[in-house]
Parts: sequence; structure tokens; C-alpha cells
Amino acid sequence: MSAISELSTVHRVKAKTPEEKRLRAKEAARDNTAGYLFLLPWLIGLVLIVAGPLIASLYLSFTNYNLLQAPQWIGLENYARMLDDPRLLQSLKVTFIYVIVGVPLQLIVALAIAMLLNEGMKGLAFYRSVFYLPSMLGASVAIVLIWRQMFESDGLVNQVLRLFGIPATTSWIADPKYALWTIVLLHIWTFGSPMVIFLAGLRQIPGMYYEAASVDGASHWAQFRKITLPLLSPIIFFNLVLQIINAFQAFTQAFVISNGTGGPADSTLFYTLYLYERGFGQFQMGYAAAMAWLLVVIIAAFTAINFFFSKYWVFYGD
Amino acid sequence: MTDVQTTLTEEPTLTGPAPQEAIHHRPTWADRTRSVLKHILLIVASLVMIYPLLWMLASSLRPTELIFRTPGLWVNDLYVQNYTEGWYALSYPFGQYIINSFIVVVGAIAGNLFACTLAAYAFARLKFRLRGLWFSIMLLTIMLPFHVVIVPQYIIFNQLGFVNTFVPLILPKFLATDAFFVFLMVQFIRGIPRELDEAARIDGCGHWKIFSRVMLPLMGPAIATTAIFTFIWTWSDFFSPLIYLTEPYAYTVPVALKSFLSATEGSNWGPMFAMSVVTLIPLFLVFLFGQRFLVRGIATTGGK
Repeated sequence: MSAISELSTVHRVKAKTPEEKRLRAKEAARDNTAGYLFLLPWLIGLVLIVAGPLIASLYLSFTNYNLLQAPQWIGLENYARMLDDPRLLQSLKVTFIYVIVGVPLQLIVALAIAMLLNEGMKGLAFYRSVFYLPSMLGASVAIVLIWRQMFESDGLVNQVLRLFGIPATTSWIADPKYALWTIVLLHIWTFGSPMVIFLAGLRQIPGMYYEAASVDGASHWAQFRKITLPLLSPIIFFNLVLQIINAFQAFTQAFVISNGTGGPADSTLFYTLYLYERGFGQFQMGYAAAMAWLLVVIIAAFTAINFFFSKYWVFYGD
Repeated sequence: MTDVQTTLTEEPTLTGPAPQEAIHHRPTWADRTRSVLKHILLIVASLVMIYPLLWMLASSLRPTELIFRTPGLWVNDLYVQNYTEGWYALSYPFGQYIINSFIVVVGAIAGNLFACTLAAYAFARLKFRLRGLWFSIMLLTIMLPFHVVIVPQYIIFNQLGFVNTFVPLILPKFLATDAFFVFLMVQFIRGIPRELDEAARIDGCGHWKIFSRVMLPLMGPAIATTAIFTFIWTWSDFFSPLIYLTEPYAYTVPVALKSFLSATEGSNWGPMFAMSVVTLIPLFLVFLFGQRFLVRGIATTGGK
């Protein structure tokens, strides 16, 4: 495809007569107008739905605003308050644990299953569907409801444990020690999307690399370390960046499991949950806007760190 | 990051023999054991993955007091009262919420298909000033957390009197705010040979004709992927409806389910599971019939 486009540009450069030049210029102007016309809905959306609100929320983050009275400028006070807000710090802690534990674990499971499936076996399509399905349903309230029931004191998990003779009575979602981990587990359960991406990536690695390696007597582990990991690293990186960005914004799971409270004892108080509570529960729009901007900064920082370290482990081939 | 995507656009073949199998040798005992072990492992993993769903289905057909005593899947008599009771448990019959959800989903799909195809065609095929800049901005908006714009968006829609209508949920889609799909379609169009539009251009077609007569018919798979993903994500979307739809008559399915939980304090599991099953059925069907588009779409762009 790129070859074709290059060819056509070569064609264009060769056009030399003034007549042709004028035609080209006319065509370019027409392209420019058409480009902006086609882009118009997106541009309007960018200004009205994204950029405008983005600037407005930056402004609001320096104000006190409860939707009823006009916003009142208070400078950096919202940001200063955040530093002394124990619930905000708690929500940061919860969210960081979720992201830093949940994302890598989910990716490791996704990669492991993708590698198993990639060995060309019977039933691939069936297994892939079974593993992929939860990630398509996982964000829905219905699934979180079932998760909630599973981890209650008489829920499915304890019933199964009892079958194995373990007298389990803990209500996992009501115990601050465990509640967050049930949500991490739900995140891991939805490993299907990255798995499908990994599977597509694994298919791109030429089989002869492995043939050559096994002729040289390389072990499975060595093949994984020296062939699979480097060649798959751009895709691992891509998954990592996107999954981290998404995980920071997780909301539904915590909201439904804790019935909107972030409890027990704020142990599932995800950052977005707290933001929702401040903004749409207590109508402290200024504070909520400041929280949202902190989230942007955190996500940007994580993404930047990811890109920085990528040069040490992501291999782009030649 | 672009490198990943360009390598992936080459239509990944997801079936057929895997690379490792290229070595032809007679399977040894060790190979066979390994293969059997692998299948056992995968079957156990599949069961663990799918069990909660099957168990929810079984539980939705049991009286609530049995749910907490039965880890198995076998259902003796079908207790369909859960479904009738759940259907009428909230202030409106559940059908109302399903209709609401369908309206939002159809609107969102129409919006995404309209706006994203237009923008994608511009980004992929037209040369215009500042294209590179706009394209980077578009990519950045994919990563922007929704929460940073929701407060002002809510204020605007509130002032315009659009709270408890579906406008805040549908209108943004007609303005291509789901930039992820613009990107997906750009990637797809880049894979369509340029000769096709060049030929149409030589025949004197304008951009609108090239777009509507040449490009759109070729974009079938990308359009299907977008429609299916939009269906699944909009059907499950919880945060926006929770904010914009506060009156029960306007609830979409996820908000209705959530209010079920609040109303019964989680005591009425049977009817709640029944309604959960009802809300998952459309998702499941779309997944079943759209899976190949999902797999292809997710492989070309990385997905969510």
C-alpha cells in the first residue's frame, strides 16, 4: 500500500508544465477544503465536548462551585485541600494497588494462555471464545452483581471451599482485608482482550526462529526469553500502556461491589468513585474538577514513565 | 506505538497451523503427555472462567433461599417466578429500561458510524493543512480520562435541560468523541489500495462520491467492528447514565440493575439474577455473532 502511495507522489512531482502545476494547486486546495468538511463533526466535538470542557474543568478546579451559586475563585485551595484529605490519599492507595497488581497479573495470565493456545491445537476457536467472552461482559453491572454474590459469606466461593472441607465463612467483600482483592480478581478474569492481541502478535513470529533454536538445543524457557519476549515486546508494551490508562479509570466494579460507598472501611474507594462522590454526591464540582486534573497528571506520568523505560526492553526489530 | 499497529494491520491469521508445528516429526510419548496435560489445563481454566456465568443462569431459576446452598449447576424445577417478579420489581417494568438502553445503543451506533467514518476518511486519504497535528490530538483524546471533561459537560447539559434525556449519551457520538473508532477506521482505510480511489478520481468523482461509493462499501468489516464494540460498550456503560439519568423512567439497564441492588439491599438475589441474565442476553448474542469482527478489530488496533 505504501509503495502505491509513493508511486503516486512520484507521479505528482514529475508534473512540470505550468498547466499541470495549476491543476495540482487547484486539486490541493480542493483537498484541503474537503478535508476540513469531512473532519467537521469531529472538530465540533473536539471543541465543544472535549477541549472546551477540558479548559472549563481546569478553571473550575481553582474555584468553589456547587452548581447553584456562581463559581468562586479560591486559587490553589482545592489542590492544597487534597493533600490533607485522608480519603483522597486512601483512594489513591487503593487505585495504585489495583493498577500495579491487577494490570501486570492480568497481562501475565493473558500471555500465558495465548502461548498455550498458539501451539496449534484442536479446539482453539472454542477455547478462545470461552476466554474472550468474560472480557466483553466484565464491565457490566450484571457481572459485578454476580461477583458480589460469589464473595459473600454464603456465596459461591465459600460453598465450593466447603465442598473441599474448608470451613470458610468469611464474607470476602465485607472484610476490608479482602474486598479490594475480589475486584483485582475480577480484573484478571477479563484477560480475554489482551489475550486476543497477544495471540495475533504470536502468529506473526516466524516459526523458523523456533526451529533454528531447537536445532541448537535451546530449551523452551530460553526460546521464550530470547525469541518470544523480544519479538512480542512492542505488543506487551502497547497492552501495558492502554491497560494502565484504563485501570486508573475503573469505576463500575468498585461502585457496585461496595454499593456506592467504597467500603468496607474505604477499602474499595477507587479514585473515580471518590471523585463521583465529591462531584455528584456532594456537588463539590470545583474539588471534583481538581481531582480529575490530578488523575490526568498521574495517568500522563505513568504513560511517560512507560515510554521512558520502553527503550530498555521494547525491541522494534529492523 | 505506531509500529505495533502497523505490524498488526497485516490481517493476522488467527487460525491454521501455528508456527511451532512446522517441525514435522512423529509425536513421541512426551509430546502426547504434554498435549493431554495442556488440554486438561485449558479445560479446567475454561470451566473456572465460565462457571460464574453458568451458575448465575442456574441460580436465576432457583428460589433465593436455595441459591445460597447450591454450588452446583443442576436445577430441579425451573423457578421462573424470579423472572416475573424481577420484571416488575422496580417502579417501571423492566421492559422500559431495555427499550431505553436500545434507544441509546442505536443512537450511539448511528452517531459513531456517521462521524467516525467521515473523520477517518479525512485522516487516512485527504491532504489538508495541519493534518498531522489534528491526528496527534485525536490520538491524545483516546487517552484522556473521561472524568476530566464530565463535570463541565454535566453543567452544560444540565443548563440546557438535557438531564434525564438521552441527548448527553448520544449527541457526543455524532461528533466523533469516541476517537478510538476513528483510529480503528483510519488503520483500516490505510489497508485499502489507493489505486481504487485514484481510479475513481480519474473518472471525475469528487471526494463525497469516492467516500460514499468507493470507500464505504469497502469498509464493511471496520463498520461492523465499530457497531459491535459500540453496542457492547454502550449497553454496559454505567458512569454516564448514572450521572445523567436520575429519574427511574429514563434508566438504562445497568442503572436499573444497580437500583435493584440498592432497593433490596442485596436480599432478593433470585429476581436480581433473573434480570441480570436478561441484560446479558443481548451482549451474549452480539458476542456470539460478532466475534470474528471483534477479534479482527481488536487485533488491528490493540483494542480496550
